[in-house]
Amino acid sequence: MTAHSETGHSGTQQGATNLMTEIKLGPAANIPAGQGRVYEVEGERIAVFRTRGGDVYAVQAECPHRGGPLADGLLGGTTLICPLHSLKFDIKTGAALFGDCGLKTFPVAVDASGQVVLLR
Amino acid sequence: MEKKKLVVIGNGMAGARTVEEILARGGGAQFDITMFGEEPTGNYNRILLSNVLNGSYKEDEIFLNPLSWYEENNVRLLAGKRASGLLRRAKLVYGEDGIPEHYDKLIIATGSRAFIPQMEGTYMPDGSLKPGVFVFRSLDDCRQIAEWARGKHSAAVIGGGLLGLEAARGLQNFGLDVHVVHIGSHLMPQQLDPGAGDILRKSMESLGIKVHLKKNTTTIIGPENVLGLAFADGGNLECDMVIISAGIRANWEIAAGCGLTVERGIVVDDQMRCADDPDIYAVGECAQHRGHMYGLVAPLWEQAKVLADHITGKNTRAAYHGSKVATKLKVMGVEVASMGIVEPQLPEDEVVQFSEPKRGTYKKLIIRDGRLVGGILLGDISKAAYLIQTFDRNTPLPEERLHLLFDIGDPPKQVTFAEMSTNTQVCNCNGVSKGALIACVNSGKRSAKAVMDATRAGMGCGSCKSMVAEIVEWACGGETEEDPSVHYYVPGVPLTKPELIRAITERELKSVSAVFDYLAGGKEDAASKPGLASLLKTLWKGEYEDEKDARFINERIHANIQKDGTFSVVPQIPGGITSPAQLRRIAFVAEKYHVPLVKLTGGQRIDLLGIRKDDLPKVWHDLDMPSGYAYGKSYRTCKSCVGSDFCRFGLGDSISLALKIEKEFQGFDSPHKMKLATAGCPRNCSEAMVKDLGAVAVEGGQWEIYIGGAAGSSIRKGDVLCKADTHEDVLMYMGRFIQYYRENAKYLERTHGFVERIGIEKIRSIVIEDSEGIAERLDREIAESKAAYKDPWKDAWLPENDNQFASVLPILQ
Ligand code: SRM
Ligand SMILES: Cc1cc2nc3c(=O)[nH]c(=O)nc-3n(C[C@H](O)[C@H](O)[C@H](O)COP(=O)(O)OP(=O)(O)OC[C@H]3O[C@@H](n4cnc5c(N)ncnc54)[C@H](O)[C@@H]3O)c2cc1C
Ligand code: SF4
Ligand code: FES
Repeated sequence: MTAHSETGHSGTQQGATNLMTEIKLGPAANIPAGQGRVYEVEGERIAVFRTRGGDVYAVQAECPHRGGPLADGLLGGTTLICPLHSLKFDIKTGAALFGDCGLKTFPVAVDASGQVVLLR
Repeated sequence: MEKKKLVVIGNGMAGARTVEEILARGGGAQFDITMFGEEPTGNYNRILLSNVLNGSYKEDEIFLNPLSWYEENNVRLLAGKRASGLLRRAKLVYGEDGIPEHYDKLIIATGSRAFIPQMEGTYMPDGSLKPGVFVFRSLDDCRQIAEWARGKHSAAVIGGGLLGLEAARGLQNFGLDVHVVHIGSHLMPQQLDPGAGDILRKSMESLGIKVHLKKNTTTIIGPENVLGLAFADGGNLECDMVIISAGIRANWEIAAGCGLTVERGIVVDDQMRCADDPDIYAVGECAQHRGHMYGLVAPLWEQAKVLADHITGKNTRAAYHGSKVATKLKVMGVEVASMGIVEPQLPEDEVVQFSEPKRGTYKKLIIRDGRLVGGILLGDISKAAYLIQTFDRNTPLPEERLHLLFDIGDPPKQVTFAEMSTNTQVCNCNGVSKGALIACVNSGKRSAKAVMDATRAGMGCGSCKSMVAEIVEWACGGETEEDPSVHYYVPGVPLTKPELIRAITERELKSVSAVFDYLAGGKEDAASKPGLASLLKTLWKGEYEDEKDARFINERIHANIQKDGTFSVVPQIPGGITSPAQLRRIAFVAEKYHVPLVKLTGGQRIDLLGIRKDDLPKVWHDLDMPSGYAYGKSYRTCKSCVGSDFCRFGLGDSISLALKIEKEFQGFDSPHKMKLATAGCPRNCSEAMVKDLGAVAVEGGQWEIYIGGAAGSSIRKGDVLCKADTHEDVLMYMGRFIQYYRENAKYLERTHGFVERIGIEKIRSIVIEDSEGIAERLDREIAESKAAYKDPWKDAWLPENDNQFASVLPILQ
């Protein structure tokens, strides 16, 4: 399984790991392949997805359009379609594939014991 | 993350709604929220005060956010505490008791108060209103009025505007003689012209309310309490109480006191921020936006959304551009709707008018540039909804004006594309104009599909798709390019439906991921997944390998998603036939799970709306009824009429046929939804002729089978496929057509489009005359699909995994 932390300003990439805390969200297997699930981390709702390829990504839980529940969306590769009005996003970068309002992403990875780990 | 402090001054309709919008955007995680509320209660629907006064609502029925709501949502409400001062440099708001609250962000939502014109004798020496004098703004006012009115004989309302008339009507409820005293020459001057005002006066008088026009009240007579009114013209009026309803004034004092810019209201920008302080917002009746103040709730809903988008950072580009206002009078027995201007303002403004004073009917439209800029409807407001929408959206009006005022048979004609103005909104769901479509064509997109993908036009309800395609063709000068993918069954697999079916069966591909692996070079395409899942289920039935991620959320959890992320549950009720035992279970579930809305559907079933995802399995378990598939691209239900058992016209047993149909086709996946109906005679009460499939009993003991009917966004009478002698024959022919449709229709092509595309003759020859020799196979496929039926709500007992229905997963350290 590969791990990803793709926010561009993630702590690891700037060598500021010591400022970041690792939060274990539970076994990756809790997220069925190709789907997303929501976690509440320090009061913030985060949608974590596991692609059929086994990679994990984390983005804000609510769609910027009208608050659609993104974890209930359809995922193909890293393209996510919101269940309410079908806006599309790339969960790897957070970019909006239509329109201009993208998603907040969070660095996340699967550790050796198969746990999903969120860096904050 | 350290939470910021958000303080809201004012707990009325705008303040509370804004907080709701903020919470809906996850603001609860960003802010600790404190609200100052001068009124001692939670937030109630102020609009309904007129109804409380007239007795049609009880006080506790108008609460929008009771005190418990604040607790549940972690909002600290200082109920009954007025904010009295604001120190911007220290970011503090002071309560009346002198206790300060610190804020990082502040929202002012203080609303307005009743304006009290200069009149002698209004106040007592201590500055309080004279006993018997009231304003009408709050629940407390309402209570005081009701208390005083008991046992009195007459009341006067000063002000003949919308609110004054509502108050007058409400006072009649107490058995009082009610007078309306108005300074102007006609009632509701803001919303009506003199002609309409005059008719309204007669209507009010016929309700027993006496109207006094052109009366300037100078004095409220009575030393201790109200005895009457004196007017500038020397006349007077005896009365036991007065309600002053002469307009409103914004509560802006707290803003002006700390140096914020105030004109008639607190001046805000397009993000609802105060001009001078980016940390302070104002919203609702106290705010002034681009010179406008609004005294209605619709604009403040829009304002609240923009404010919430901005303050939570959900969409920092959200902007409020002002609202167009339309009003309706809530006086029982008098129908008034008004929008925009009341008199023509420019020489070229066109007026369309109809007046029938005897019957209290008056209709007037003001049209500029082919668009509605003002309208008044009195007496008959049946066209109000359409007109208000047209006004609000600024859509061009049909040339034929008569239809605007009256329903006369045939629908209005289409405008041609050339004469349609560029900013006409073509796609109402996604707000795409004709101009945007043309721009997209000019930027190089030369096919309808490419334009739709780029602009999202036609991707909402889909009803404008054909118009979008026609406009694209027109804009391309007829030279559209064909996008090869329009022939593919789904965009992500480059094969037509027959090619795809062949490839799937030859290679025995039984799951969506296998199709991507073998037929699309391993590249997954999210938008193609549901279409593939539907086809695979149709082809492999029980052998299909269900992958939940390939299903749209509705089909993943067997319920229909709602705008707020909750779900609706529609149990199977074939033919609309239910029983007391079922109804009792439904009632039990509705109460147990606090279902916010129980609704009879247009499909003769019962819908439980607003159910939390986590509760779905429990709800199904307790209902113990099969799924009605109201969420699926599948067979939905079969409506039915009473039929021959009870109806004096009934020719055939439509009820038992509907029950058999449901048993036969329940749960069938299909390219789009299939809605069926049976009717006991050609009176067609169950609308069988406009269903995907319908069976109508005709004289001679036969059934006429209709296919390709539609009465949704397109309307089409179905074509008669054939006549059948028995229920069994109906099932057989219907089944054959269904299977043929399942195998040959494009994904998301309803039967009406399919029947038109293939042609009824060809379908008849295949399905009835078996011209291709496939009838037997179609019958077999249907039997196999039937055998593979499984009620998906049994997932309640056997979920795919432990968290299929969990809205949030716990963090397990
Ligand atoms: C519940 C119900 C309205 C009601 O309260 O009566 C309803 C509700 C919805 N309809 Fe409908 N339709 C309902 C009867 C109808 C009917 C009348 C009927 O079935 O007899 C029609 C016209 C007949 C038809 O289907 O052509 C109808 C034509 C539509 C359409 C337009 C379809 C078309 O192609 O013309 C859509 C949009 C779509 O399918 O893409 C739609 C879509 C919807 C959706 C599912 C929108 C969505 O995707 O979320 C609505 C779900 C609301 C929700 O939040 O749960 N609904 N809808 C009715 C459920 C009937 C049932 O018991 O299953
Ligand atoms: C009888 C009646 C009928 C109406 N009918 C309609 C209708 O049919 N359609 C329509 O669209 N609109 C109608 N309206 C208008 C509608 O109710 C208002 O537009 C709406 O309530 C404005 O919301 P708001 O939050 O700005 O003000 P409000 O709802 O008045 O809320 C302001 C709140 O702030 C509180 N407050 C003020 N100052 C302070 C302070 N310093 N500290 C703490 N709290 C403070 C007030 O007590 C009040 O509770 C009607 C109004 C009335 C009175
Ligand atoms: S229920 Fe049907 S008609 Fe009503 S809003 Fe929803 S889709 Fe539109
Ligand atoms: S809420 Fe996500 S697309 Fe509308």
